[in-house]
Amino acid sequence: MKYSKYLMSVAAVALAGAATAEEMTIVSWGGAYSKSQLKAYHEPYSEKTGITIINDDSSNEAVAKLRAMNEADNVTWDVVDVVASDAIRLCDEGLAMEIDADEVLAPAPDGTPASEDFGDLLVSECFIPQIVYSTTFGYRTDMVGDTPPTDVCAVFDTEAYPGKRALEKRPINNMEWALICDGVGFDEVYDVLATDEGQDRALAKLETIKDDVVWWSAGADTPQLLADGEVVMGSTYNGRLFSVIEEQKQPVAMLWDAQVFDLDGWIIPAGLSEERKQRALDYIYFATDTQRLADQAKYISYGPARASSAPLVGQHAELGIEMAPHMPTDPENAKRTFLYNYEFWADYRDDIDAKFQAWLAQ
Amino acid sequence: MSDATQQDAPQSNGPVLAADGTPLKQSLARSLRRQKLRALILIAPLLLFVILSFLVPIASMLFRSVENGIVEETLPETVAELASWDATSGELPPEEVYAAFVRDMVVAVDEKTHTRLGSRLNYEETGMSSMFRRSGRAIKKLDPVEDAPFKEKLIDIHDGWGEVKTWATIQTHSGKYTDGYFLNAVDMQRTAEGPEMQPENKRILLTLFGRTLKMSLIITGFCILLSYPVAWLLANLPMRISNLLMILVLLPFWTSLLVRTSAWKVMLQQQGVINDTLVWLGLVADDARLVIINNQIGTIVAMTHILLPFMILPMYSVMQTIQPTYLRAAKSLGATNWTAFWRVYFPQSIPGIGAGSILVFILAIGYYITPEIVGGTKGVFISNRIAYHISSSLNWGLAAALGTILLAVVLILYWAYDKIVGIDNVKLG
Repeated sequence: MKYSKYLMSVAAVALAGAATAEEMTIVSWGGAYSKSQLKAYHEPYSEKTGITIINDDSSNEAVAKLRAMNEADNVTWDVVDVVASDAIRLCDEGLAMEIDADEVLAPAPDGTPASEDFGDLLVSECFIPQIVYSTTFGYRTDMVGDTPPTDVCAVFDTEAYPGKRALEKRPINNMEWALICDGVGFDEVYDVLATDEGQDRALAKLETIKDDVVWWSAGADTPQLLADGEVVMGSTYNGRLFSVIEEQKQPVAMLWDAQVFDLDGWIIPAGLSEERKQRALDYIYFATDTQRLADQAKYISYGPARASSAPLVGQHAELGIEMAPHMPTDPENAKRTFLYNYEFWADYRDDIDAKFQAWLAQ
Repeated sequence: MSDATQQDAPQSNGPVLAADGTPLKQSLARSLRRQKLRALILIAPLLLFVILSFLVPIASMLFRSVENGIVEETLPETVAELASWDATSGELPPEEVYAAFVRDMVVAVDEKTHTRLGSRLNYEETGMSSMFRRSGRAIKKLDPVEDAPFKEKLIDIHDGWGEVKTWATIQTHSGKYTDGYFLNAVDMQRTAEGPEMQPENKRILLTLFGRTLKMSLIITGFCILLSYPVAWLLANLPMRISNLLMILVLLPFWTSLLVRTSAWKVMLQQQGVINDTLVWLGLVADDARLVIINNQIGTIVAMTHILLPFMILPMYSVMQTIQPTYLRAAKSLGATNWTAFWRVYFPQSIPGIGAGSILVFILAIGYYITPEIVGGTKGVFISNRIAYHISSSLNWGLAAALGTILLAVVLILYWAYDKIVGIDNVKLG
């Protein structure tokens, strides 16, 4: 399915190059997330301009594929949806186009320039933020007795909350939570994690629950494990938990404590032809204005990246429930939050991942 | 022709002549050559296709495991200046190196290649990635002539430029070709003092190679045990029933790999079908459900099931050619059922086992998606690590080195198999 789409898009772009067919290929994550983009951005944009948008669900391999396309000198993608850390890497590798936010993005309705409206979320010169999501825990309400967990350290408390836990099969986030629950303050986590002792300390904390962990590698794993009662609690993206809780009505609740904020957004590949570049920029201008970003939140519980979009977030398009309380950025949910440190992980990813995988294999 | 040679042979040692007077050997060679050429032209389209779409990409991917031009291309002057510096002296390189570095970096920042170099060197020394990214912005503002000297300015920009090991890393990895990726692939690393083992807590790849080979052998073994009776039934039952059986073998073969693997998840998990049944039967206590997924058992069960058709089909096609009359003859000569099977039937079915085993084993050691889904942490293979380095860490050099080693291991095993069993003893039908 994925590949046939990919082939179709390659073929389509090849054709588009020959004729002047108005088509563009937009790469995203698939599933409910792509659906929300289809409803909020693609459909209104196609209606307005007549440009056909081809979806390609390749975002999880976007960096590797873009690198390969770049080497082959045949970039077939026009706009790519990636997480912020990947955007930084693409920018580092020279695979994404640098962008001046105020020049190419719409100002807020009250005239605030885009760079202020997005603020700190513009973490790289190539990155146009779209949503704020978080990686956080959900738990089975019927498996935790009378005292539902309120603290992230419940994950490490197998006495009070017996049962398996689902954690992602990579060090990012797990190492941070381990240190926080080992008594390290939020501000010091990355300083501690930069040292060998700190890394050993985090792994030692994880060691205490190693036998009780199911390690996941796909975002859909934890929702499935929770729905089947395989695990009592597990980490995943907050939008996935929203769909388990509100759409599938499973006995699951959110544990927002120490949720890790991360960003997802657009990049435009470097080296597009002038015509395709203009088309991509036009799409970006349209899809990241204040109203569109707020519209996306009607379909999925991720927070819009513009400050000016937040007041416009309304009800879920199908369920009719208020979306604001389900946003990771809602004040009630964001009492204790943690911001993913991109630069730290760009440096330490390889080193800590090797240690983490070696520890897992022991 | 044979008459002529017979007559000529005893008479002289001179060359045997063909009808047109040229030496027979020559004319034979010529006609053979013509035949070969014709054959070659006939297969040329396929050959070209295989070379262009299969061999060339593989070769270029394998070449990445030693290719290391990026350091010298990005920092040509620095590499030249560093050549005369002794990394083991414990002293920082002289000002010339710093000046050359600034000149190189000004060009690199302009072309945005400095961050790429940072990512490359970060594989060797953690922290290089952000050092190059952050320094790039500051160095851009420097003038390579007027702002000299640079040593202190650079150390001001980032402490890392004041550390010997930074320069030692650049010097050690400045060669056009490197064995660094291959060393990394066997849990070693190249330092200024030469290759040495990685620290204990970072060694993972040798374990994974060992595990991949061991588990592939186990899976091949299970496949042989399970497939043999099935193939025998397929070959010996009446056509009507065996056709039905054949469909049962082929149906899962045609089903998507992902669907079959996910189905095993439903079967094997702790709240899954097998555990539920066992608890219901009272064989297993509710609080002591079996852990048969997300570990090696999960990988072995799921992969054995998925690879079974690759064992059954070659076995079946070989068994079909074994005449049932041989068994009857053996029995009529007084053999028991077991002797007849073991001494007459089994030896004839060995080529099928051989073909199936090679097929299953080679498929198994390259398997990726099934171990990823049902393997947990202890049931994953080396290919999962290769995939990680291709798509996540982007360390394609290391992924290529791992792939090369895997390919070499397969070729060695194939060679050993040929020596021990003989490749002529393998039949696909």
